[in-house]
Amino acid sequence: MSRRWRTEVVVFVILAAAAYAADDRNPLAGDAKAAKAGEYEFRINCALCHGLGAHGGGRGPDLTRAVKKHTHSDADMFQVISNGIPGTAMPANGTNGQGVGMTDEEIWQIITYIRSQEVKAPAKPLGNAVHGKDLFYGDANCSLCHMVEGKGGRLGPDLTAVGGSRTREAMIDSVRDPSRRLAWGLTEATKEFPHEYESVTAVTADGKEIKGVTLNEDSFSVQIMDSNEQIHLLKKDKLRSFQKSRQSAMPKYDADVLSDKDLEDIVAYLISVGAK
Amino acid sequence: MKGRGVFVKFAIAIFECVLIAGPLAHAQVTFERLLNAAKEPQNWMTYSGDYSGKRFSQLDQINATNAHTMVAKWVYQTGATGKLETTPLVVDGILYATGQDDRAFALDARTGRPIWMYQRQLPSDIRPCCGRVNRGLAILGDKVFMGTLDAHVIALDAKTGNVVWDVVAADYRTGHSFTVAPLAVKNLVVIGVSGGEYGVRGFIDAYDAATGERKWRFYTVPGPGEPGHDTWEGDSWKVGGAPAWNTGTYDAATNQIFWPTGNPAPSNRGEGRAGDNLYSNSFLALNADTGKMNWYFQFTKHDEHDWDATQVPVMIDSGGKHLIAQANRNGFFYVLDRTTGKLVSATAYGKTTWSDTKDADGRPVAKKEASPTLEGHTVCPGALGTTNFMAPTYDSQTGLFYVTARDQCDIFSTAPQPYEAGHAYYGSAYFPSEEARPYLGFLKAIDPATGEVKWKFQHTSPTWSGVLSTAGGLVFSGDAEGNFIAFDAASGKPLWHFQMGGAVYAAPIAFAVDGKEYVAIAAGSAVYAFGLP
Repeated sequence: MSRRWRTEVVVFVILAAAAYAADDRNPLAGDAKAAKAGEYEFRINCALCHGLGAHGGGRGPDLTRAVKKHTHSDADMFQVISNGIPGTAMPANGTNGQGVGMTDEEIWQIITYIRSQEVKAPAKPLGNAVHGKDLFYGDANCSLCHMVEGKGGRLGPDLTAVGGSRTREAMIDSVRDPSRRLAWGLTEATKEFPHEYESVTAVTADGKEIKGVTLNEDSFSVQIMDSNEQIHLLKKDKLRSFQKSRQSAMPKYDADVLSDKDLEDIVAYLISVGAK
Repeated sequence: MKGRGVFVKFAIAIFECVLIAGPLAHAQVTFERLLNAAKEPQNWMTYSGDYSGKRFSQLDQINATNAHTMVAKWVYQTGATGKLETTPLVVDGILYATGQDDRAFALDARTGRPIWMYQRQLPSDIRPCCGRVNRGLAILGDKVFMGTLDAHVIALDAKTGNVVWDVVAADYRTGHSFTVAPLAVKNLVVIGVSGGEYGVRGFIDAYDAATGERKWRFYTVPGPGEPGHDTWEGDSWKVGGAPAWNTGTYDAATNQIFWPTGNPAPSNRGEGRAGDNLYSNSFLALNADTGKMNWYFQFTKHDEHDWDATQVPVMIDSGGKHLIAQANRNGFFYVLDRTTGKLVSATAYGKTTWSDTKDADGRPVAKKEASPTLEGHTVCPGALGTTNFMAPTYDSQTGLFYVTARDQCDIFSTAPQPYEAGHAYYGSAYFPSEEARPYLGFLKAIDPATGEVKWKFQHTSPTWSGVLSTAGGLVFSGDAEGNFIAFDAASGKPLWHFQMGGAVYAAPIAFAVDGKEYVAIAAGSAVYAFGLP
């Protein structure tokens, strides 16, 4: 390596380090005006899932919680907003079909806004996660249909990540009234809406009745998982009947079936897993 | 005599070349040809197929009897991610289309094999609102024309894709861009700007096709001293929006261009821009030579729901009347007299809650309580509208107007927002209303004479696909699940479908080469062509 080469490499490394350092901290941290500008941007680009005020809607986590699963530093948050989170509904900047692509400055404004909304402690103490796990795999029968960390049933959505991506209120709501907002299933790369966990009853040409949930569907075919976790791949024009329902296959867990305290414990368990 | 022998052989070689080379025409695409596009149904020479906006093909080789046998003929992969909204053009055996990030390409229309490809070197800081999309080219003479995401208008050589001219229409850093397919009229290339989300002042431009020199500009927001200026509060006109991002039509009989315009800015906040906000959400009838306005019709006055009227205007002649129709984003189907701009009828064709009265002209009027609030409340249709940019079609055989529609309601919220150049300027936001789920998507067949929906086909989920009708008694459209579907035009019954593996955001066309009919559409990241086996 020539001396000139070495110098250039050293300069490059220093410059790269400087650039990284510049990205590592929020240049607008604590700036009230930037937080206000961030609020406008947040309403346009983020509130769709994270709710007005960043408290979390039915689809995205509550960002006012100081502890976040995917982001610790402002730099983490910048990366997540810019690039999205693979395998989740969190899209890369400018690709959510709503709002416009944000500049770096606008992303920092949003981070400033989110930080300004954070509350340092949970509003309510969490329940007993150990007891929640017992209930999940035991008396509450959740695991008959839901998997957590590779264990459980397949008929309902995998709940391993739900504690990190949904608000506590949304989780409680979907146990108490599962049909009010059906869970999202498969998301296809180019499709506007994710598939939803609709209930279905199909009767084949030879009179066989299939009951379950749709894994996917289009105008001409449907892919069903029945309550025995068998997959049925059906062409609609070959069916004797095909009935869908937005009544969730999951039973309603009223307070007399599952007490508020037990539900809090299950939610605490899901949050403890989701935070991993 | 050696020399003569060589000459004879050479002449024979040329002769054989002409014989075996197939379509070698590539004649200049003159304005005359564009005017008489109906006389050459094998070609698709403008965004909507001809100047009428009907997106109707005279081809009938593929028809209701044999459509069920259709097969895929070829697929062209653009290799890019993101939506394809392009409508291809086909002239004399060559298909021209555009792709993501301002790609343009020419293909052998029989095989899908590329002849040339152009990709623009876009600045890294462009910020198009709704995807890095382009809806297609215009063709005239030996050039194709394209608007770019960095707000240039360019002419490419049709045989090579080489850039012939490149002119700046506006500054992309203030949110101006082009996504629209231009319209070539006479010797002009007519194009409308995008940027309603950034508070641009909208305009429609006409450029000399030969040189790129700008011949006229019509600002869709009138300046001081111009009629309509008083429909804007204070200085709000300067950032008033009213973009013109979908392709208009041309009426040779009156030498008028009909061009639709989009939302006033900020889209979700009416406070600060009191007044009707002309000429947002309107049809404009412009003199093709001068760009001077003959008449306008505003569909949604003082819009607060982002209901651009940028749907393709469709010219319909019926019972001696010269009409122009639009299935509007606000949920109403409008028919106007295209000579005068007077409203003939307005009928809801989807779920609407924003209007229950009409003014003296018959125009639906917004209820006060439909205005967005700080906390937000539900209004139908939602911000994406009952329909949007997806091209409709009018079939003169069935007399029906076919359009992709959706029933979706949104929660509209509004909050004050200062204008800052180059920053999104919405005045808050909208959210899909969960209570209104599921959102429904349809293909609807409307009788323009009555506004009645004659039949509808319900998709599994809402789609962004445009629609084509053909003399074969067929209507073609796509869905969000990736299917391309042929429907019986009279009944709406699906006769054939093909799974393309990606959602449709584009509109179909029909063309023929070597006497064989094809139907083409873009889906996912590819362009597909179908035909009979």
